[in-house]
Amino acid sequence: MAEREIVRMEGITKEFPGVRALSNVNLTVKKGEVHALVGENGAGKSTLIKILMGVYQKDKGRIFIEGREVNISNPLVAKEYGLGAVYQDITLAPHLSVGENFFLGKLPVKNGLIDWPTVFRVTDETLRKLDLNIDPRKRLKDLPVAQQEMVAIAKMIYEKVKLVIFDEPTALLTNEETQKLFQIINKLKKEGVGVIYISHRLEEIFGICDTVTVLKDGEKVATVPVSEVNEDRLISMMVGRDIKDIYSIKHYDTDEVVLEVKNLTREPRFRNINFKLYKGEILGMFGLVGSGRTDIVRCIFGADKADAGEIYVNGVKQSLNSPIDAIKAGIGFLPEDRKLQGLALQLPVMTNTNIVIYGDISKFGVIDGREEKVRTNKYVKELNIKTPTIYQKVKKLSGGNQQKVVVSKWLNAESKIFIFDEPTVGVDVGAKLEIYKLFENLTSQGASIILISSYLPEVMGLAKRILVMYEGNCTGIVNRNEVTDEDVLRLASGLSIEGNNCMQEGIR
Amino acid sequence: MSVNTKTKTTLIKGKSLSEGTILIVFLVLFALLSLAVDGFLTANNLSNLVRQTSINGVIALGMTFVIVSAGIDLSVGSVVGFSGMFAAILMTQAGINPVFSIIMALIAGTLVGLLNGILIYDGKVPPFIATLGTMTVFRGVIMLISGARMVSGLPESFVNFAQTSILGMPSLFVVWVLMILISSFIMAKTRFGRNIYAIGSNTEAARLSGINIRTNMYMIYGYSALMSSIAGIMLVSRLANGIPTAGGGYELDAIAAAVIGGASLNGAEGSIIGTVVGAMLMSTLRNAGDLLGIDPFILQILIGALIVAAVLIDQVKKQNK
Repeated sequence: MAEREIVRMEGITKEFPGVRALSNVNLTVKKGEVHALVGENGAGKSTLIKILMGVYQKDKGRIFIEGREVNISNPLVAKEYGLGAVYQDITLAPHLSVGENFFLGKLPVKNGLIDWPTVFRVTDETLRKLDLNIDPRKRLKDLPVAQQEMVAIAKMIYEKVKLVIFDEPTALLTNEETQKLFQIINKLKKEGVGVIYISHRLEEIFGICDTVTVLKDGEKVATVPVSEVNEDRLISMMVGRDIKDIYSIKHYDTDEVVLEVKNLTREPRFRNINFKLYKGEILGMFGLVGSGRTDIVRCIFGADKADAGEIYVNGVKQSLNSPIDAIKAGIGFLPEDRKLQGLALQLPVMTNTNIVIYGDISKFGVIDGREEKVRTNKYVKELNIKTPTIYQKVKKLSGGNQQKVVVSKWLNAESKIFIFDEPTVGVDVGAKLEIYKLFENLTSQGASIILISSYLPEVMGLAKRILVMYEGNCTGIVNRNEVTDEDVLRLASGLSIEGNNCMQEGIR
Repeated sequence: MSVNTKTKTTLIKGKSLSEGTILIVFLVLFALLSLAVDGFLTANNLSNLVRQTSINGVIALGMTFVIVSAGIDLSVGSVVGFSGMFAAILMTQAGINPVFSIIMALIAGTLVGLLNGILIYDGKVPPFIATLGTMTVFRGVIMLISGARMVSGLPESFVNFAQTSILGMPSLFVVWVLMILISSFIMAKTRFGRNIYAIGSNTEAARLSGINIRTNMYMIYGYSALMSSIAGIMLVSRLANGIPTAGGGYELDAIAAAVIGGASLNGAEGSIIGTVVGAMLMSTLRNAGDLLGIDPFILQILIGALIVAAVLIDQVKKQNK
């Protein structure tokens, strides 16, 4: 493998009004190297990447591409130098076909008309080279997110990219899809493309990366070969302190049933779901994206209507026709996409915290302004929400703090059952720890939690019992002490496990 | 300093960039015109100015509710015409007393807003299309019930209202001020007000937070229609006749006032104060243009440019942040 460098960033410094986002950071990526960039949110990862991609301009420092100093004054320049990025949210045109997206802005023309045969042939060839079986005529938005991401990557490869930046590429992917992505990254590597890989999931870094650079508070902590560090060491470099076991929380489960779901069905999403949730328990819900996990909890929360089935809260049968009913029954829902479903981003922390309970603190529709403020301050303090004032717009807070604002809204509503759908997607290790701590806090006060996560270590680490979903069926409710990670993955892939006595009815 | 005032100022501060700018622009313009234009700063002209602004100003208040909720209401002009014409017909042809006629007309007009709400929430018709539809339908209704003819012979007490003064201020202006106070109060202090911003910012999050979107959508479009209906009554009183084409095109002035005042068509941004200043700014320009003898066509070009400039400046500021 040629040890030639593709990109070298030297002494990069960037200040924003009032904060030094980066100070004197170096980063070198070689041909065929997968270079991990890790650090907590706010450590400067995205600023560094944005400087490389021409979105921001550096204040100090130099950037070299293949040994030549360059000035990346805007994103187009970065593209011309062969730098490409796959962001969390796909930046393609969802309403156009895969082929059109491939040739966006430079569709081949023949006799004044678009040369569709060429568009689809070339697209198909490129996709096939990556072992991707995607119809180039399909509209992008009709593909699963993972395939959209693959299309974006394939497009860059077609454009002869030299360096690809992956920013949390697996956040929305299932385990299988992640494996597929890793295969593609390995292919890129073989072709001598450099990769910068940003992820909060450390085991991915150990799985795919060669080198890791750790950033903290805008400074480089270290650049080391991945083979020379372990997970604990990496985390302690990131947060600047030692962490024994990030999942070690106290459990407060009892045998008092707070929620019981019987034969819940919503075709075609899921069917015949039965489970109990106990007071103080954290119940894990694991399954691939699209296995029906989110659909189940949306039904329990009244956001969607079930075709059939019964839901009991504290032994009382509920008719949850809308979120209003569920909230009255003491259920709080923290949706997967907090930006799209959980928060009013343009509004202040105060409004978001009180949004559920304005009815309770209003007289004749007029809000008690003092109470509103008191409650907000209480939760900002209790949850350690980092915000300059309670009037700050939520969109200006970090991912972890945004998540806390969503939590504050349900604490404020005195919810007893918290449904967390992928609570730690896109938040850093420090914020994750705080969220786990919060779980401990909630359950110690008698609340119960349903935790949905695509991240197996998280589910296995935090929940004693795990409900596993596969294609709309519950394939088992397992006790973590009695099964291995592999067992759970097998259940989530529709395979049986040995001695599985927890298999439920309703499996086809 | 009480908690409430502090909250209020900060809330305003939170989204006041464009409002602050537009207020300064307005004050500077006002000062310049006072110094430079003969006959601008006279009691007569100012009373004329506020009377002109009041009717459009009332409509713009309701429009602000709608725009903050990330919607749009194109039907306001037709509601103005409809409620006014309805009241005029009740008073003349049906001989019903003015107070009762006005109440009936306000109810009828508000029902149009409810219809908008039903179309938009229950029918899932985009607000632009739904209200474009009701705008056209109700202009037709006006023509039908009036036979496309002017309705005259309104009771004197009713016609006089627009000409009288209350506490030394033109009565129409007093109505506007009253509506400004009510609307600001709703926006800043009530649960309904918070809900409007929440819906405008993120309807799905609002729904999942237990906000009844249906009720609130009905109320938002109902409120807009109520404001337009009040404006319709004011207009008939001022014109002393029910005129079939009255209110035509008013929707654009109302949208412009809100947008100049800092409201975003993407929702969750905008305030009553901003809209009031926006409305004042537009009518002041028109008034000064008349006094200076500027070609009305040129004036129209200037006002159009102002609308775009207000949004442009706002965008540039956002990008620089």
